[in-house]
Amino acid sequence: MSDLGWIDAALTSARPQAVAALLRYFRNLETAEEAFQEACLRALQKWPVNGPPRDPAAWLILVGRNFALDEARRKSKQTALPDEDLLSNTDDAETALADRLDGEDYRDDVLRLLFVCCHPDLPSTQQIALALRIVSGLSVQEIARAFLVGEAAMEQRITRAKRRISQADVPFDTPGAVERAQRLSTVAAMIYLLFNEGYSASGGELHIREPLCEEAIRLSRLLLRLFRGDPEMLGLNALLLLQHARAPARLDVEGQIVLMEDQNRLLWRRDLIAEAFALLDKAVRLKSPGPYQIQAAIAAVHARAARGEDTNWHEIDRLYALLETIQPSPVVTLNRAVAVMKCEGPEAALKMIEPLEVTLSSYFHFHGLRGGLLMQLGRNEDARIAFDKAISLANTAAEAAHIRQHLDKLMNEGKKRKTN
Amino acid sequence: MLYAVICYNSEAVVGAWSKEKDDAVMDHHKGVLAKFAGKGKLGPVARLMPTTTATTVRTGREMMVLDGPFAETKEQLLGFYLFDCETLEEVIAAARELVSEPGAMEIRPVQYFNPGNQLLAETK
Repeated sequence: MSDLGWIDAALTSARPQAVAALLRYFRNLETAEEAFQEACLRALQKWPVNGPPRDPAAWLILVGRNFALDEARRKSKQTALPDEDLLSNTDDAETALADRLDGEDYRDDVLRLLFVCCHPDLPSTQQIALALRIVSGLSVQEIARAFLVGEAAMEQRITRAKRRISQADVPFDTPGAVERAQRLSTVAAMIYLLFNEGYSASGGELHIREPLCEEAIRLSRLLLRLFRGDPEMLGLNALLLLQHARAPARLDVEGQIVLMEDQNRLLWRRDLIAEAFALLDKAVRLKSPGPYQIQAAIAAVHARAARGEDTNWHEIDRLYALLETIQPSPVVTLNRAVAVMKCEGPEAALKMIEPLEVTLSSYFHFHGLRGGLLMQLGRNEDARIAFDKAISLANTAAEAAHIRQHLDKLMNEGKKRKTN
Repeated sequence: MLYAVICYNSEAVVGAWSKEKDDAVMDHHKGVLAKFAGKGKLGPVARLMPTTTATTVRTGREMMVLDGPFAETKEQLLGFYLFDCETLEEVIAAARELVSEPGAMEIRPVQYFNPGNQLLAETK
């Protein structure tokens, strides 16, 4: 890898930590970002010549902080600029700062940075866009492409979101244990949304957007490194790894959805699955189950089955039942119905989802599953209506195409019956 | 002399590699290792999972099981190789060949070696 490539990787991986520390220092997101940008520019000048600093994040924080202080001084015309050499000779200061970075402050810094992106006034897509811009450092162009909107529209969306949070109160006190746990769970939810945005794209031609999934995994690993003993962070990380492990098998060469049962499991990424199992083993020892851990456990049941027909559906049903008790939601019940269909048949599953019709009337997967169950029960006309409804609600071309296959099958059966 | 060559790098950097990049690095390593294996100079090799999967058992007054790796450091222990080399120069040359990314390889002569059961075929 070239020098510049390496610097790029170092800047990207140091970014959350550095911007977070600068935010604590200046208490202003814009100043923190500007300071970081400037520090990156200097890194691009200095590092190829001097080699990489011992601690890139500490170097960037120090240089960024000095720059922003100079700017503030220059604006208030108090003193002249300091000597550039003084600024560049950061060895001692870097060491001192690096020592502090290893401490507890820093994890609260990164958590705070992610937390400000999750301002409750912001719609979730804006929270995600903001986190990708500020924490991950993706360009507006990259984010716009990921969300399939124009660059100008995304720029405006991010600017508006930033303005919103600049007016909000950002909590700078060191959080107490309860507050920290609340922030962590808010941030975890945002990371999960980010992952799902990539896992099952909410619009457009592309059904999977891997970069978003990878970024979500990167952020969840970062948080887990900071909060190593948190069972739900272990669960979230394991869940994302297990879902992402299936990515190479989820679409066929034509971009059509392949159902999990029909996927070529040899394509599943065993390295990610093994890592997730290791994380789940750790989580189990902590004896504090939560929604992410249970969902990861469900994904793990799938990952353990060598073939679709080897899946332990009774275990999945049991896990969904547990999830229903600690986090009841119609979507959880809908998912459980799939396990019930496998264990008890389509009639029991249909009975289970009928009461959900009111709440999930505009949910693609509800009508898709309902159509599938009705088809299994031979109620083809009802199935066709349900599938039509599903197509009208499909989020991506691949989802619509998948349902159309079912419809084609029904049509063919209809034809056969007529000719017979 | 048997030497352990111990690989360190920032997990934050390595963890952000794309799958293609990671595969390319592993292919490079496998190429170098195959060369030494061919000469009968290669012992066991291991790549470790991220430190997020680590658990540490510590003894003091009482035994404690802790989440996380032995030490919180800026660069993490990623894996190790075992080489059978005549001289320090030879193993340094091996380490240089392995390094394709900025990072560090620590070279430590081995005092006691037990190859254990041959239960491990090459896995990913």
